[in-house]
Amino acid sequence: MEVRTDVEYAKPIPAPDATSAPFWQGAAQGELRVQRCPACDHRQHYPRKLCTRCGGDPIWEPASGRGEIHTFTVVRQYGMPPFKDELPYVVAMIDLEEGVRMMGNVTDVDPEAVHIGMPVEAYAVLAEEGVGIPYWRPAEPS
Amino acid sequence: MSDRTPVIIGIGLSDYPKAPHLSAIEHHALAAQRALADCGLPKSEIDGYATAGSMGGQSAIDLAEYLGIEHRFIDGTMVGGSSFEFHVEHAAAMLRAGHCETVLITDGSDYFSRMGRALGTGGHGRRSRHVSDSTQWEAPYGNSLVGSYAMVAQRHMHEYGTKPEQLAEIAVGVREYAGLNPNAMYREPITVDDVLGSRMIADPLHKLECCVVSDGGGALIMTTAERARDLAPDPVYVLGAANGKSHWNISQMPDFTRSAAAICGPAAFEQAGLAPNEIDTVQLYDSFTITVLTLLEDLGFCQKGDGGPFVAEGVLRRGGRMPLNTDGGGLSSCHPGMRGIFLLIEATRQLRHQAGEAQVPDARTALCCGSGGYLSAIGAVILGREHP
Repeated sequence: MEVRTDVEYAKPIPAPDATSAPFWQGAAQGELRVQRCPACDHRQHYPRKLCTRCGGDPIWEPASGRGEIHTFTVVRQYGMPPFKDELPYVVAMIDLEEGVRMMGNVTDVDPEAVHIGMPVEAYAVLAEEGVGIPYWRPAEPS
Repeated sequence: MSDRTPVIIGIGLSDYPKAPHLSAIEHHALAAQRALADCGLPKSEIDGYATAGSMGGQSAIDLAEYLGIEHRFIDGTMVGGSSFEFHVEHAAAMLRAGHCETVLITDGSDYFSRMGRALGTGGHGRRSRHVSDSTQWEAPYGNSLVGSYAMVAQRHMHEYGTKPEQLAEIAVGVREYAGLNPNAMYREPITVDDVLGSRMIADPLHKLECCVVSDGGGALIMTTAERARDLAPDPVYVLGAANGKSHWNISQMPDFTRSAAAICGPAAFEQAGLAPNEIDTVQLYDSFTITVLTLLEDLGFCQKGDGGPFVAEGVLRRGGRMPLNTDGGGLSSCHPGMRGIFLLIEATRQLRHQAGEAQVPDARTALCCGSGGYLSAIGAVILGREHP
């Protein structure tokens, strides 16, 4: 996925731990990653030390970066900057092609045009060294 | 053989919706004093205690010390607003098993006086820009508490064609009961058009579909049917109690139209030997209109997806078959961050036939269902006026 360097990031920054670091580092390098358990083939997000299904040790795999909107809201009131300055904005749950779901913002679109089932693709914004934040924008249907 | 059927025997509310003269811990204490006075039990008989802690940060053990309780059973379960339904379930089991004789459950919050209305859309209070643990997966995206429930409503509308005016009907009905409660935060009648005309906070939820932010506290005293015989109030019997969890953080909700009430609701009904159509009043967690709609369906009052038309029939209104939130609910009366204990207190008032103008005629059974987190942790309690 594209790593955008033209966006100044002033929002909360994930403090990676040993388990989450590969996700944020991957995004910083332009790769969206998802955990899969080699023992039972279960995929999961958010990443954890153990597989939530069988208790095994998950490994990381690259994801396609494509998905569709499962549900969303348009946030029109929020007290704290910098979010406050960006109102209204879209918070959505994205169903990834790999079968996991993650929260994200859908940008580069009129909030009124956003709908459930809309195809989206990931891009990343660099929050700080080694931490990329995945975002989503409308995509052509795959 | 003594009768160890668990009952609610004492109830007390502190001052609400705005009580700048009370700290969070004083809300717990005042509600406890009033619950003791309500049932006439000496404080020294309390040998069990449950609380979700206080919004001021005190833990169960800290509060037990402050209140001066020598407990054989203590429960600090904190799963958000439904904690108190979990406490009743746990206390009922401990009373039945003979591990204690009298359990006090308290809640208290000075949320409004201390924080103002910052709860729903104020943003996550963060001291540093760095976020860890489960917070890191959501905080970068600026979701609000209202936004989480809005995503549930959006999906429900998409899957089942639920209409904004059907959700609004829930807020209108609860407001009608708030008009009968002199303490309720908002008492003026509202219409569906008022709700839909109020400001959009997070699509598709409008301002009047969101609960109030208030101060408040409550206390319950539970004991056995045996002990209750010598006490003045009518005992209210715990007929069934069960809990469940589908997720904690909203981004982990497995099915955005279904809560764990689909599991714990049927379990509570089975224990009680009752069916949904045998319930006379429902006290449901109304943090948002969609919370009520989701719980109604999951508890089995209607089929999944039929909540909109079900609500629109008016069954939950005053004079309807199964009135909802007869104290004015969280939507119009009182929501001090966690509301679960108020559901139980109001149900008890109804089953004692002490609800005045808001009394549901001849109420014999009530269902309380709390929701903690984001429709995450659900506790269902069925109460009855008659000995099971």
